[in-house]
Amino acid sequence: MASVKVNDLAKDDLSWRIDYDSSRCTMCGSCVSSCPFGAIHSKVEKRRKVVSEDITPNPKIIFQTVPVISQTIDEYMFCRGCGVCERVCPNEAIRPVRNSDARFGMRYRGALADPFKRGGRSNLETDGRTLDKIKVGRISQMTDPSLDAQRHTFDILSPFGRTLPAGEIPFSISEDGKLKFSGDAPPVNWIYPIIIGDMSIGALSWRVWEAIAIATAYLNEECSIPIRMCSGEGGVPQRLLKSRFLKYTILQIASGHFGWNRIINAMPEMVEDPAGVLIKIGQGAKPGDGGLLQAKKVARHIQEIRGVPKADLLSPPNHQGLYSIEESVQKMFLSLNSAFKFNVPVAIKVAASSTSVSVYNNLLRDPYNIVGGFFLDGIDGGTAAAHEISLDHTGHPAISKLRDCYHAAVHQGKQNQIPLWAAGGLGKTGNLASDAFKMICLGANGVFSGKLIIQLAGCLGNDQGKCNACNTGLCPVGICTQNPLLVKRLDVDKVAENIVNYFLSVDQEMKKLLAPIGNSTLPVGRSDALISTDKNVADRLNIQYAC
Amino acid sequence: MCRIGAIKSKNYIQPKTALQLMRSQQKGHDNSGFAMVMQDLGGVFEKYKGLPILSMACTDDGIKIAEDILHKEGFARVFQWAPQVFPREGLKIEPMPNYVFQVYQLPKLYKYAPESEKEELLVEMRLKIRKALDELDEGFIYSFWPDVVTLKEIGDPSDIGEYFDLWSENKDFSAKIISAQCRQNTNYDIVRYAAHPFFLQGYTAMANGENTFYEKNKNFQKNLYKGYLGFESDSQCFLYTLHYVHKVLNWPLIYYKHTITPLSFDEIDKREDNAVLSKIRSSLANLEINGPNTIIGVLPDGSVFNCCDSKKLRPVVVGKNKDTVIITSEVSGLNDVMPERNWEDDIYTHEREMIYVNNDLEVQRWHQ
Ligand code: SF4
Ligand code: SF4
Repeated sequence: MASVKVNDLAKDDLSWRIDYDSSRCTMCGSCVSSCPFGAIHSKVEKRRKVVSEDITPNPKIIFQTVPVISQTIDEYMFCRGCGVCERVCPNEAIRPVRNSDARFGMRYRGALADPFKRGGRSNLETDGRTLDKIKVGRISQMTDPSLDAQRHTFDILSPFGRTLPAGEIPFSISEDGKLKFSGDAPPVNWIYPIIIGDMSIGALSWRVWEAIAIATAYLNEECSIPIRMCSGEGGVPQRLLKSRFLKYTILQIASGHFGWNRIINAMPEMVEDPAGVLIKIGQGAKPGDGGLLQAKKVARHIQEIRGVPKADLLSPPNHQGLYSIEESVQKMFLSLNSAFKFNVPVAIKVAASSTSVSVYNNLLRDPYNIVGGFFLDGIDGGTAAAHEISLDHTGHPAISKLRDCYHAAVHQGKQNQIPLWAAGGLGKTGNLASDAFKMICLGANGVFSGKLIIQLAGCLGNDQGKCNACNTGLCPVGICTQNPLLVKRLDVDKVAENIVNYFLSVDQEMKKLLAPIGNSTLPVGRSDALISTDKNVADRLNIQYAC
Repeated sequence: MCRIGAIKSKNYIQPKTALQLMRSQQKGHDNSGFAMVMQDLGGVFEKYKGLPILSMACTDDGIKIAEDILHKEGFARVFQWAPQVFPREGLKIEPMPNYVFQVYQLPKLYKYAPESEKEELLVEMRLKIRKALDELDEGFIYSFWPDVVTLKEIGDPSDIGEYFDLWSENKDFSAKIISAQCRQNTNYDIVRYAAHPFFLQGYTAMANGENTFYEKNKNFQKNLYKGYLGFESDSQCFLYTLHYVHKVLNWPLIYYKHTITPLSFDEIDKREDNAVLSKIRSSLANLEINGPNTIIGVLPDGSVFNCCDSKKLRPVVVGKNKDTVIITSEVSGLNDVMPERNWEDDIYTHEREMIYVNNDLEVQRWHQ
């Protein structure tokens, strides 16, 4: 008797099973050639058939060898459920089906002694989102008339940069009785309250990056929506650095400092200042972890932009040589502010955590007035690669920390001085405007969002374990990969168009939320406009409970 | 919707005029109160120009509490006056036992103190008394300031007038500036402190409308100055911003408008003074209002102004004759009190202007 290999990986262990109907299959091979993971392959199967060639039954057994598509069972080449095979099949002969009995993560670890890594999505939904338990509950009617979202003009902008308290602005009164501004004050840029979050050009393909940059420029120049994109760690193409579009880009410096020598070298040739600098201390998808760019994604142009050899590029979890909040303030002062001659706001980004408030409190007391913004990144954020354990089990939702930070600023009487920007799964359910609006009412000056942008670029992944293969360099739609064949699948113009259209809708929707509460400017901290149908959420965030 | 009005005259006028102004605008609202601040006083207070006057509505114990606090600090009472009251069955009014108007001499210690120190002392005293009264629920203190008296009452404005005999030509009780409001607040339970006009260190403000940025304004103002407290009405915020911009920051009055209803970013960009305006907009974003409001204010020097929210969602009209200017919610009030004026000269303040009335009763229109 043959032994039963119960310890081998089996189809039943995998998260996705291929549902294949050979009777519909024309063997065109599209599915196999489009699956970047090698999760399906063609092979031949021996079939036994009982046939009768006579009028009366005269059973005869024939054996046939037929070509079929078969699922690969392998720790590396397993099906991610991305559904590309289904999309390309002309005959609906094949599709992935979720296997609810899967135990792949466990088998993977058992077989490879390696923590399971995947794309930046939490797949452990234990509860619904807090944001969805909040509604805009104050509708202006008689006492404070609502506005007409279609006809009224709105002033939807947020500050990026350190704001001085009014008493400290260097004003004097001139002879004509007017205030005169004489002296220096930190730079403040007023921008759209939604920033396209920092996704690095190493993690994303250059084509997505280009699409985002095109969309950003278009939104600014053709649609008058002053949106900014953040570069993410890993450098910026020289072409962009030296172009006038740099003014729409916030340059990021993270713990790996990848690409910064290239940026510094390009400075003499910059025709515009960047929109800002963001120092990334930590990110929401993998709090306590640094960046993780695997060697397979370090293509030649990435090496060029980042100035590195082809190797795993692991950013350290902390900024080497930065051991306190005070020191971070000094470093911002000394290095980046002075590098750009104090014309460019410099902000920092941290992962939301139990210590966020202490950090923010300290920054608010910054004696140099140099901190241009506090970016708070909660769980549910992140693209590219991370350890599953970080994605599913570490971090803090941004929303309550944002609220705490806002309250801390109010307590010190310093709200608005260091603008608060927050993110982490914003737009996750598809509507960025409502998420942004609620966060703003809770005290954010603005929000940033990344993953939604790659959804718009055609990402097939979701939070139920679909695809999430961003770490592999084999992204089936050409987003998180540098593989030239896969990258070609991405239509730059189409992606840019999607992003532009999405933001045009978001802008409309923002107005649709501003109008009923009677505000033509952003309701930062106007939590009286919100209600929660969940008592605990209401209590925690200090908003009205409604049932 | 409240009805508000400020009357500024070259001659002493009586509360009667303010009551009349309010009553003619009364249609359609609930007659739940009447309040006024009188400044630049005549009658019995005329000879005490420089001395602070305590205005309270309180119980017998309340008077004692306030006097004790002031005496302990070294204040000496030099004069007191109380309106004679005429209670009668059927008056719709909820009076307090006492209405106190007492004039005080400053503590000797302050004889040579700079003006600013005296001003701070007066605020401190008012806050102290307020706290003590609140703790024991013994009454309300509205103002403690030279040449200012405040009266706030719950009930029908006509009946309130009858009760205090304000309908008569009582020359004892008169002033050159009277700001008044009728109707109590609607946002919350009726609270005497919530009735406009509000007063702080020589500044008076009242508003007609709703402050949708109340929470934002309040959260910010709480930390700016000790006198910014109470917040029983969302409209108190307008007074505090006025005080902050004009008194604390010492900016010219026009910047009050720039603070509460900043120009849009596009417009700021086009202006020559964009450096100033954008800095103000950034730093004082939390003092912005989003309407619907019209605000009438009186400055310590007696000048009066008016401005509206940036959408002009609440009405206001300014009328004048040769010796009086009136700013009020509705033209019906003006027609009643000042029928002979040239109504073609009436001004309906628009969303981007400020009306400023100086002490020569010259009406200026300032474009923001
Ligand atoms: S669903 Fe995706 S990963 Fe799975 S076989 Fe099809 S193309 Fe390959
Ligand atoms: S489609 Fe690409 S970007 Fe989206 S989850 Fe899959 S690998 Fe990641």
